[in-house]
Amino acid sequence: MANVLKKIYIALIFIFLYAPMAVLIVLSFNSSKSRSKWGGFTFKWYAKLLSDSSIMEALITTLSLALLSALIATFIGTIAAIAMTGMKKSTRTLMMGITNIPMLNAEIVTGISLMLLFIFFNVKFGFTTILLAHISFNIPYVILSVLPRIKQLNPSAYEAAMDLGASPFKAFFKVVFPDILPGVFSGMLMAFTMSIDDFIITHFTKGAGVDTLSTKIYSQVRKGIDPKMYALSSVIFITVLALLILINLLPGSGKKTKKEKH
Amino acid sequence: MSNKLITLENISKSYDNHLVLDEMNLYIRENEFVTLLGPSGCGKTTTLRILGGFETPDTGRVIFDGKDITKLPAYKRQLNTVFQKYALFTHMNIAENIAFGLKIKNKSKAYIDDKIKYALKLVNLEGYENRMPDSLSGGQQQRIAIARAIVNEPKVLLLDEPLGALDLKLRQDMQYELIRLKNELGITFIYVTHDQEEALTMSDTIVVMNQGYIQQIGTPEMIYNEPENAFVADFIGDSNIIDSIMIRDELVEILGVKFACVDKGFGENVHVDVVIRPEDVELVKPEDGTITGEVTHIIFKGVHYEMEVMANGYEWLVHSTKMYPVGEKVGIKVDPFNIQIMNKPESEDEEAVQVEE
Amino acid sequence: MKNKFVKWLSLPYAVWSIAFIIIPLLMVFYFGFTDKTGKPTLANIMSISLPVHFKSLLIALLLSLISTIICLLLSYPLAMILSSMNKDNNKLMILIFVLPMWMNFLLRTLAWQTLLENEGVINTILRSLHLPALKIINTPYAIVFGMIYNFLPFMVLPIYNVLCKIDKNLLNAARDLGANEVQTFFKVTLPLSVPGIISGITMVFVPALTTFVISDLLGGSKILLIGNVIEQEFTLNSNWNLGSGLSIVLMLFIVISMIITAVFDKDGEGSAL
Repeated sequence: MANVLKKIYIALIFIFLYAPMAVLIVLSFNSSKSRSKWGGFTFKWYAKLLSDSSIMEALITTLSLALLSALIATFIGTIAAIAMTGMKKSTRTLMMGITNIPMLNAEIVTGISLMLLFIFFNVKFGFTTILLAHISFNIPYVILSVLPRIKQLNPSAYEAAMDLGASPFKAFFKVVFPDILPGVFSGMLMAFTMSIDDFIITHFTKGAGVDTLSTKIYSQVRKGIDPKMYALSSVIFITVLALLILINLLPGSGKKTKKEKH
Repeated sequence: MSNKLITLENISKSYDNHLVLDEMNLYIRENEFVTLLGPSGCGKTTTLRILGGFETPDTGRVIFDGKDITKLPAYKRQLNTVFQKYALFTHMNIAENIAFGLKIKNKSKAYIDDKIKYALKLVNLEGYENRMPDSLSGGQQQRIAIARAIVNEPKVLLLDEPLGALDLKLRQDMQYELIRLKNELGITFIYVTHDQEEALTMSDTIVVMNQGYIQQIGTPEMIYNEPENAFVADFIGDSNIIDSIMIRDELVEILGVKFACVDKGFGENVHVDVVIRPEDVELVKPEDGTITGEVTHIIFKGVHYEMEVMANGYEWLVHSTKMYPVGEKVGIKVDPFNIQIMNKPESEDEEAVQVEE
Repeated sequence: MKNKFVKWLSLPYAVWSIAFIIIPLLMVFYFGFTDKTGKPTLANIMSISLPVHFKSLLIALLLSLISTIICLLLSYPLAMILSSMNKDNNKLMILIFVLPMWMNFLLRTLAWQTLLENEGVINTILRSLHLPALKIINTPYAIVFGMIYNFLPFMVLPIYNVLCKIDKNLLNAARDLGANEVQTFFKVTLPLSVPGIISGITMVFVPALTTFVISDLLGGSKILLIGNVIEQEFTLNSNWNLGSGLSIVLMLFIVISMIITAVFDKDGEGSAL
């Protein structure tokens, strides 16, 4: 009885979370351009997708922003996280405090503060300003994902490697780095995701002429969303879903082998 | 002793098709200190959890004071548990922790205050009312966990490896403390541990378990001196367990040499296991020994020397206060009374008693 | 790894955070406390007392508070159910909550227009069941709806994390000491999950209070939240001084909620990461 109620509850929340996904996927097959009328089934938005140069341009901008900002943020964030372990406690607390500012602050404030910076120093708004902004809000995600890994490290491993004749540099890459790699990786993935999904900060730091998918969609809100956008996000969503299923379900999460009896 | 307080009848329990307890039967008397002893995975903790009401057995009944409590939820049982790692409520201070059960039962404030005072005195932690659990040492937290349980005046206190997280010295102190507490409270203690020394020190009765079966029930002396099978012999202290042949009553052939013993009724020319405790092996001059051998190892252990003696193809473990250097030829003698004969396991069930590792 | 070389590794980030976190924030204060000619003034901050601005702040506070409370009420039982499930199932469930984030946030929110419209999907279903239709699109209700939809996972995850960390033996101990399920919940589970609740509250409250997108998309541009006012000052009116002044007022509320979090969550237990 209680179990049935629990399942119903989860199902309701699930419907709440996924109803919009369903709507968007349905709309991507709607031959009418209206969001509220069904004009019959069509594949045309998918077919026209690749030939729409402005959407493709926005897609490429979005992806290259995400990739570049994730890579650069991962590099800066990872070495910063490593450096933090060697710091005095007070310095480290200060660093962590600063790192937390973009995480806790409102996105709109982060957005306008960067906008003001670029205005003040007369930086031309464009791809570079968005990239700088994305790197800035991505670094904290990397640091927060790498830091716990470093804390878990056995400090003796690094010393043992040096004791066995490895140079500090070699000891780091042979012993420490492989251990923190999962944290580096998940930090990078998180940064990539955050960058792709960002609208607010991009909105304030982009210049005329440059658009990511998010800002392009926002600019279409008043005049009506181009249904090709629905098609594109459905494709992205299904791709991510397929990838996640592949990663999480295929390896069977290693069923425990039965303990052998004597 | 007094009458049976708890009876476990045909209790079985399995998780994911893995049988943890198999048709277990056990009774526990009033005012008894019972220890469930065994290696991890032997079913001792599951037994305790069934008693506490945190697990329901697949089959069988739990009788408490003449009533079937198999399906009774934990909060309605007259038992209290001292959990492994204490499980103190970290968001409450010591007084609030101890008062938890009493407040639930709507006892008066004066009664609760009295009880807190009494319990803290009992565990030698007077004046700790306003401290937080995190600020106490492991041993102190342990005492609070006991205080929290006993203020509810349970008829039975269940203790799940309560000393496991403490260091050796503290563990020994707490053993005496627990015996004192039990005597002062006059209630039944059911204690779970994998530490044979703890079991031997504190218990009135030891229940040795392995792989879901009870191997032997008895007083510490019985369990130590007369283990019923090789598992018990090996688990309780060090011992020499040797494959032997019972020639006839009171005569056993160990490693091809005949030894006098006191056991009877095993039949003639039957394969048996012989258990000889290392402190019961006497080392003498080669010509005086029943078997001769050569010392291969020696370690000084403080009270005694621990030696290994190779004789007739078996490495004998010997404890002796006299030192024999490595390489010295020695004779081995065993008092007939100290040779313990055990049947070889026959059925598959008994196979479970075979020593792991 | 305490050698001198390692310390220098923090240099790039130190420089970066000064350039792109500290200085930009100082910019906000600089612009907020000056007028267009660069003269110091309090007018930008004080403009919050103008009825238009004050009303937008009040509505934003009200709506974000309501959404936060509803998010909490929805999330707590959910987090409890999730944390009681076995671990294999669990990973999948968490994934299900994170997955929608991969569909564009604007499109997801816009989809609610289609669902909530007067002739939309939900009302069509309600009518076919002979139930009264909902008229909530372009009203504050729709904004609350959008806030709950977008920020629910931020509430579920931290609560779920603390609940998972509660030692099951504490719950057993409470039952052992005579507490029934309800008493165990109120005396043990709930107090121990406070850090997660507080962290969830800030993680929902701050973005809800400061949003301009959700009110834009679901409120039909009739309802202005403080976020909308600030956004318009920056993008439409190019009045950066006024926008910055209002942002400083907004940050005051963020700082207050951060202090509350810090007080309750000393060990950072409730953080979602």
